[in-house]
Amino acid sequence: MSKTLFDKVWDSHVVRHVQDGPDVFFIDRHFIHEVTSPVAFLGLESRGNSVLYPERTFATADHNTPTINQHLPVEDALSANQLDALERNAKKHGISHWGLGDENNGIVHVVGPENGITLPGATIVCGDSHTSTHGAFGAIAFGIGTSEVEMVLSTQCIMQSKPKAMRINVNGKLGLGVTPKDVALYIISKQTTSGATGYFVEYAGDVFEDMTMEGRMTVCNLSIEMGARGGMIAPDKKTFEYIKGRALTPKGADWDKAMEYWNTLKTDEGAKFDAEFNYDAADIEPMITYGTNPGMGMGVTKDIPNAEAVEGGVETYRKSLGYMDFHEGEAMIGKKIDFVFLGSCTNGRIEDFRAFCSIVKGRKKADHVTAWLVPGSHKVVDQIKAEGLDKVISDAGFVLREPGCSACLAMNDDKIPAGKLSVSTSNRNFEGRQGPGSRTLLASPLVAAASAVEGVVTDPRTILNANVVA
Amino acid sequence: MAYDKFEVLTSTAYPLPIENVDTDQIIPARFLKATERVDFDINFFRDWRYNSDGTPKADFPLNQEKYAGSKILVGGRNFGSGSSREHAAWSVYDFGLRCVISSAFADIFKNNCLNIGVLPVQVSVAFADKLFKAIEADPKTEIRVDLPNQTVTLLATGESESFDINLYKKDNMLNGFDDIDYLKNIEEEITQFASKRPF
Repeated sequence: MSKTLFDKVWDSHVVRHVQDGPDVFFIDRHFIHEVTSPVAFLGLESRGNSVLYPERTFATADHNTPTINQHLPVEDALSANQLDALERNAKKHGISHWGLGDENNGIVHVVGPENGITLPGATIVCGDSHTSTHGAFGAIAFGIGTSEVEMVLSTQCIMQSKPKAMRINVNGKLGLGVTPKDVALYIISKQTTSGATGYFVEYAGDVFEDMTMEGRMTVCNLSIEMGARGGMIAPDKKTFEYIKGRALTPKGADWDKAMEYWNTLKTDEGAKFDAEFNYDAADIEPMITYGTNPGMGMGVTKDIPNAEAVEGGVETYRKSLGYMDFHEGEAMIGKKIDFVFLGSCTNGRIEDFRAFCSIVKGRKKADHVTAWLVPGSHKVVDQIKAEGLDKVISDAGFVLREPGCSACLAMNDDKIPAGKLSVSTSNRNFEGRQGPGSRTLLASPLVAAASAVEGVVTDPRTILNANVVA
Repeated sequence: MAYDKFEVLTSTAYPLPIENVDTDQIIPARFLKATERVDFDINFFRDWRYNSDGTPKADFPLNQEKYAGSKILVGGRNFGSGSSREHAAWSVYDFGLRCVISSAFADIFKNNCLNIGVLPVQVSVAFADKLFKAIEADPKTEIRVDLPNQTVTLLATGESESFDINLYKKDNMLNGFDDIDYLKNIEEEITQFASKRPF
């Protein structure tokens, strides 16, 4: 019988079906970080359980780490306490741990793939909703709660009902200045923030085939923002080239054996999806959000829609615009901004820094803009330096910070002040997400860079076109 | 036993007729720095409940005396979207709520609730509207959530709707068990399975 990619990976991890209940679902790789794991370890210990497979668990510090002076003790006592708890628990239970200062440290969804922990056909969970990122490799990866973190620590399984399967096809060629982030924000704007609730999404079509692994990670990362449990893309030559030779990938005969399996990981001809959508690459332009959820996005050159023209409650829509201090029918282009944030598990990879630099090279940061440029990991920092991008960044008046989740969720000191407007490459524009009262416009690294230079919301194509002419 | 058993709950309810209430509103990220699970009710809906000077916002339903002590929250569509933080579900529980009713829930939030003894009850949009209207007309309106029979009833009018829950999860809620109890019982089956995994 024809199977989807999702079916193949899911079905091969079912330990048993519970009658009229969920599947007992085996987890190959478990990432933990300092925020959602301490209570899970307390639970584990209070029940007298131990970690069943410490070698399948990987700990990194990222959510509330500082992005300057990481060599000094962490000043915030509560953050320091969580970081200590992670280190202590990892040590006690024999789990590898990449704390602050470790060369492998960085955002959990950046360091996983970098170190070859993320593999095609694997099941991966983490107490973080953006675990969906790892689906870019043809893995089933999704976020879990702390009770489930404890479950995986003590049994390497969780109990999950199999989600429905959706396929989203995007075909054609992307235009100038249109990045994977724009593809994702476009899809979410069409699906709304709950359109894929209950589904696992497979992305298919030319656009994803042509995309780099970094780009695929950005797209899969944002699957959760339309309510999907996760997103995945069938592994191909590009996937295998990316993972080959990384620290923890299979080697030698194990690699060959794995390749045999990985080559079977694609949706069979005629396999059925519960829902399917088709979009045209030519319809996608650089995107920006204007509201307080990621579904409230549009092409950067468009005007904010009227309440009557959008699905969902008019009152909720107006409340959202009220929070942003925006109005129906207003243009986003030209709006004065205060902050720019480049980073997060969505856009903190080398490709994102290359894109940012392609715009700011030879230009200067607008004086009134505060910009936080936060790489996703130390390896990304090393790449930035190796490629000379650090010089481009400093010549343009920016400062490169140290890795972490930073102003994506503002659990550390990087908080956008109340009322200030930020163009952010992160994943959420919820009320107060980047600090109490902060206002967030989600966008690609290109839009962020163009806006950082101009000081107002800017269409990066105007600069890219100028670059071409020059 | 992981939490108190859930059978039949009859209570007034807090109304929150706002769509897409995300977990960053239910508990903002800056309050996730605890290493123990205690007192998450304090910052439940922090920025919607309090002004920046710490005084309560009088018009926010969770602050209104007329709803005080309710064990049910009726929320708008797509309740609990966003982050996987179980702290959101803990704050619901710690605030004294045992049930959230909405016409749609985000998946992870729903799972988190079921794992800690908060029952997420999904109803039709029409029934959710009825609940909002009834609560607006009379804040003392009682709602009965009957887990054994999988029904939710507006007591004043007797209007009722059934809701879905899989039998395994239902059994857990009725008995106060959680998944770890189940999984530890089949550990040998799991380790046998693990030994055959290619990586």
